[in-house]
Amino acid sequence: MKAARKVLGVPLPACWLAPRTALPAAVLVVLGLVPVYAAATGDPFALTLFGRIEILAMAALSLNLIMGYGGMASFGHAAYLGIGGYAVGILWKEGIGSGFVQWPVAIAVSALFALVVGALSLRTRGVYFIMITLAFAQMVYYVAQGLDRYGGDDGMTIGSRSSFAGLVNLNNAAQLYYLCFALLLASLFLVSRLVNSRFGLVIEGTRSNERRMRAIGVSPFRYKLVCFVIAGALCGLAGALLANHTNFISPAMMYWTRSGDLMVMVILGGLGSLFGPVLGTVTYLLLEEALSRVTEYPGLFIGPALLLVAIFMHGGIEGLFGARRRD
Amino acid sequence: MTEPLLQVAGLTKRFGGVVAADAIALDITAGECHAVIGPNGAGKTTLVGLLAGEIAPQGGSIRFDGRDITALAVHNRSQLGVARSFQTTSLFAEFTALDNVALAVQAHAGHSFRFWTSARAEAALREPALQALEDVGLAARAEARVDKLSHGEQRQLEIAVALATKPRLLLLDEPMAGLGADESARMVALLRRFKGAITMLLIEHDMATVFALADRITVLVYGRVIAGGDPASVRADAAVREAYLGEHDARHD
Ligand SMILES: Nc1ncnc2c1ncn2[C@@H]1O[C@H](COP(=O)(O)OP(=O)(O)OP(=O)(O)O)[C@@H](O)[C@H]1O
Ligand SMILES: [Mg+2]
Repeated sequence: MKAARKVLGVPLPACWLAPRTALPAAVLVVLGLVPVYAAATGDPFALTLFGRIEILAMAALSLNLIMGYGGMASFGHAAYLGIGGYAVGILWKEGIGSGFVQWPVAIAVSALFALVVGALSLRTRGVYFIMITLAFAQMVYYVAQGLDRYGGDDGMTIGSRSSFAGLVNLNNAAQLYYLCFALLLASLFLVSRLVNSRFGLVIEGTRSNERRMRAIGVSPFRYKLVCFVIAGALCGLAGALLANHTNFISPAMMYWTRSGDLMVMVILGGLGSLFGPVLGTVTYLLLEEALSRVTEYPGLFIGPALLLVAIFMHGGIEGLFGARRRD
Repeated sequence: MTEPLLQVAGLTKRFGGVVAADAIALDITAGECHAVIGPNGAGKTTLVGLLAGEIAPQGGSIRFDGRDITALAVHNRSQLGVARSFQTTSLFAEFTALDNVALAVQAHAGHSFRFWTSARAEAALREPALQALEDVGLAARAEARVDKLSHGEQRQLEIAVALATKPRLLLLDEPMAGLGADESARMVALLRRFKGAITMLLIEHDMATVFALADRITVLVYGRVIAGGDPASVRADAAVREAYLGEHDARHD
């Protein structure tokens, strides 16, 4: 029965200490211990930096779902961060401070936007797809710039964080941090279930060979669209978190370079690997942080570093540790 | 006589100035193995593309099982039971052999909007897939990634994937393409096993194979059907000898 179990069941990870499980585990443990470190040293900066890393890792995770697994290179993903953030900010401004309203609205509006963008872009391919997703994101950017009531070009400070009826207090830095951490873990779990489900196999198979997918009897469009919407919703949630994390929203959140950053994080970590986006985000933001202390132009160094990754590390950071590579 | 499973009439496809399908008429009876032969560029792959729904014709009609499918999309035809293998292998390269076949099973097991349970743990998908791999003699390679399979194994996998969709009409575009003598012989033996059980349209260059497998033969030259019938009459047809067999014999003698 051993052979049957191997074929019919999910293959068990060979060893929990294998490099490809050890690294993600180590990263998660470190992330989990950041508040302990912050409390011990009395330095809140680590909480701010790593909280931001966790939020953007969620966004990268959602982008990886469509770009890495689905082969849909959306170049406008920061729009969802912005939409999620603005949902929180606008509702606060209008007197609705409850997270139970703000966050579902952030998720729903992001999902709806993804539905529209996806419906109009997913029948196109390659450069056209990239351009359409970019155009929509820039459109949202300019709309946000025009929202004078909500700070216009300068953005707006959010006076109070989302309230959750005493369930969790986001004004407590450690609680906010652990909420980000928990949601990152939940997102990882969600994506891992999703990509191994029937739905996930259709998504991955379509990226691999759409012609073959049609030939076996599947029209991929609806699946891609749903995948696009799920990714948009997840990134919208990250946007709601981001607004709470910085207490601030501005059009800059969704400028096209922010979308580019997210793409870089995903590619850096390793396209289409579960944990890659987290590794990519951690690496990218720590590198940016470190470089910004020694130079005024971190981009000058990050650019060439990325070039090296693109040339020498095909599977991204995750690929270095023996995870599946995809070309 | 019962109605043929597939009825093609006046099927026409032009690529610019090239007429790849010129008013093709063709009937395939349920259960038969129907070979389509013709020189390179005759339009054989185009015909498969037209029948599978990948290429839209400029004229003519295709009836399958009494139903007009001329305007039906590829995936809809697959759901009706029209399966194909590709002349140039076309598989999910990063997936395992078993995943490839299981996905074909899944494609014919209702919609795939199932988000939570692992599809790789579903016996309802894995077992029939494994069976299809066994049928083509590839069970031992179930867990190998497609890009690690030999060319011959990939050709077998093409057949397994098509079989997994429970086809009523199997369109085989040169399944022996690029195979060595041994592998070819194995593939012929494999096809012979399905002969009668599954209706086949077989495109093949090798005459010995065609005459060994086919119940009927259609000869295509420059997109036109120049002859058709049982193997003996096609072999005897003067036009065929000149246009195709003669050329073919000349190459080998
Ligand atoms: N997509 C296309 N665009 C333009 N011309 C095409 C296209 N597909 C096929 N053709 C042309 O149509 C003709 C028939 O091609 P087809 O591939 O159907 O031939 P075939 O009989 O399958 O040949 P082979 O034995 O080499 O596989 C050829 O002249 C080919 O160049
Ligand atoms: Mg051909």
